[in-house]
Amino acid sequence: MSGTALDPKTAPTFPMAAKTALGDTQLRKNVRHATDVIQAKRARVVAEMPDWQDLRESGKQIRQHTMENLDFYLEEFEANCTRAGGVVHWARDAEEARRIVVDLVKASGSDEVIKIKSMTTEEIQLNSALEAAGIHPFETDLAELIIQLGQDRPSHIVVPALHKNRHEIREIFRQKMNLPDLGDQPHDLADAARVFLREKFLRVKTGVSGANFLIAETGGVCIVESEGNGRMCLTLPETLIAVAGIDKVIPRYQDLEVLLQLLPRSATGERMNPYTSIWTGVDPADGPRTFHVVLMDNARTEILADKEARQTLNCIRCAACQNACPVYRQTGGHAYGSVYAGPIGAILTPQLQEMHHAQSLPYASSLCGACYEVCPVKINIPEVLIHLRNKVVKQNTSGVAGFFDVEASAMKAMAMIFRSERRFRAAQRMGRIAESPIAGRDGWIRWLPGMLGGWTQVRDLQEMPKETFRDWWERRGKNGN
Amino acid sequence: MATDPVTNSARTEVLRRIRAAKGGIATAETANAEWSAIDRTYRRQATRSREAILELLIDRLQDYDARVLESIHVNVRTAAAGMLKDRKANRMVIPAGLPAEWLPDGVQFVVDEHLPAMELDHVDGVMTAATLAIAETGTVLLQNVPGQGRRAATLVPDYHLCIVRAEDVVETVPEAFARLHPTARLATTFVSGPSATADIEMTRIKGVHGPRFLDVILVR
Repeated sequence: MSGTALDPKTAPTFPMAAKTALGDTQLRKNVRHATDVIQAKRARVVAEMPDWQDLRESGKQIRQHTMENLDFYLEEFEANCTRAGGVVHWARDAEEARRIVVDLVKASGSDEVIKIKSMTTEEIQLNSALEAAGIHPFETDLAELIIQLGQDRPSHIVVPALHKNRHEIREIFRQKMNLPDLGDQPHDLADAARVFLREKFLRVKTGVSGANFLIAETGGVCIVESEGNGRMCLTLPETLIAVAGIDKVIPRYQDLEVLLQLLPRSATGERMNPYTSIWTGVDPADGPRTFHVVLMDNARTEILADKEARQTLNCIRCAACQNACPVYRQTGGHAYGSVYAGPIGAILTPQLQEMHHAQSLPYASSLCGACYEVCPVKINIPEVLIHLRNKVVKQNTSGVAGFFDVEASAMKAMAMIFRSERRFRAAQRMGRIAESPIAGRDGWIRWLPGMLGGWTQVRDLQEMPKETFRDWWERRGKNGN
Repeated sequence: MATDPVTNSARTEVLRRIRAAKGGIATAETANAEWSAIDRTYRRQATRSREAILELLIDRLQDYDARVLESIHVNVRTAAAGMLKDRKANRMVIPAGLPAEWLPDGVQFVVDEHLPAMELDHVDGVMTAATLAIAETGTVLLQNVPGQGRRAATLVPDYHLCIVRAEDVVETVPEAFARLHPTARLATTFVSGPSATADIEMTRIKGVHGPRFLDVILVR
């Protein structure tokens, strides 16, 4: 496993990467086990809620409403956060966000930062930028610590080290923390992380976080977590820098009563995660003295501009769709070549790349709909997948390149045939003649020539009937026989 | 710190992109009207009896490894004395404003007046009140007010003893938010059980960085 970051610009296509992942039986076992456990827990706590569907509907409407009024809510958040003593920065893209954060850390006078797990900072590869500037980032979430020490890459939005089992984690900790006698019980490993990080929590003066929700009405920020590493990073440092996509804003404080019911039950199968922190700006008597928020676009406005795909932005990053996805459950997260894996990654990643990279991801799905069913804010992922497949095809078949594309030409010819009854009948006749030499005596075709052979490699095809429905319909008498 | 010119032009550009993407500028009037029209058919009121709500809270707290003691016939001071003895806690940090009549004798209480984190790391625990508790999720809610104090004090020590008054217990999350709205800007922490993680094989393991032990005294 290499330490290079997951970058959709350089990642292999999904089918290629998936093939490698499918050969790793340990990885598949770990992913299957973890997603089984989490799905069972989620199902149990969701079943406790008689109003789960009502909450989902409200969650969907809140997120949809936010996106439709995004400019208003971002400005409102900025005004209220600033009034409370926070400093708001805007970044058009990843590069700009990285530069802002690096400059702020330097200005804080620290060459170390403690970090809360944040997929947004993974998305912009912030750690490499910090290291390049001579700043050492310490990941403090247990899973992110496992990834960082193991020079690995995240494979799940909520549990980035989900692909590692306890024995593999023990090996990483034994080596990197110099603990030869470390046990492999989960509590041994958690204790080791507690000791390893406590000194850093008490010493390092600058913290970097993401954000779960930015509250426009109050200018407050909300972070949900389990271990308390988040609270450490939010309260003990002198300077705190939160990096958030512009999609993280919510209209009002009261909206949390919906989202904080949906998120923990969907993400970790808990009625409530152990710790949720909400704070507003700077309080001289409590927590950091300097607080920055970086509001980052990084192609989110491109998604907003696409009406059919806009719902992608409603995501609250619970990863329930990953756990439910039959494709993700086989391949794990790395095959997606992005920090956002699974069904949400399949729609989010190519759009964050403005459809220039990760074009194979919208096809990494059987469109079974399990993701839609578990989504706490009812994002219709299959609908968006189909929409994006359409976009990929249109993009690749426009212009001269499309003219020479065999698949595109075949599809165009097919469309022409389907448009005319005469051409359709002629094609059926031709088909019956063409298939006669390759169909078996039992009426099954097991081999097709050329490019069509891809189909028959894994499936048999039944030969066309001797008489079509249309022929039969015309032939049948007035009495229907 | 003033907003630098780069950020300023980025701000203008991001807002321009958003408005171009949606095809218009959102205003307070339309945003407020549309927000009020959002369907909220989920439960926003309690459906259980008071007694059932308190029982639910106890059950849910225990389910996530918190220990709960009801002080019905004994006062808080006696209940706290028993809890602290069990935990072998001799030196406890407390926020300013915690009722003095709750504090048992024989335990050293250090009032948190901006104690450095290093010192918080060397006490046996912390004792606080709570703003409210949510029964359905087994949550106690802390804010930076007298009796609860700043966030670091309930985080760095390894043990937290939290006193919850029965009248501050609500059944559902929406009821909690209705009560919290006037103090929405205060630093607020939802605590649901002791620190935990599910990062190893998705199994909930008690105790990582926050207090590994949480006791609750429910005052009835």
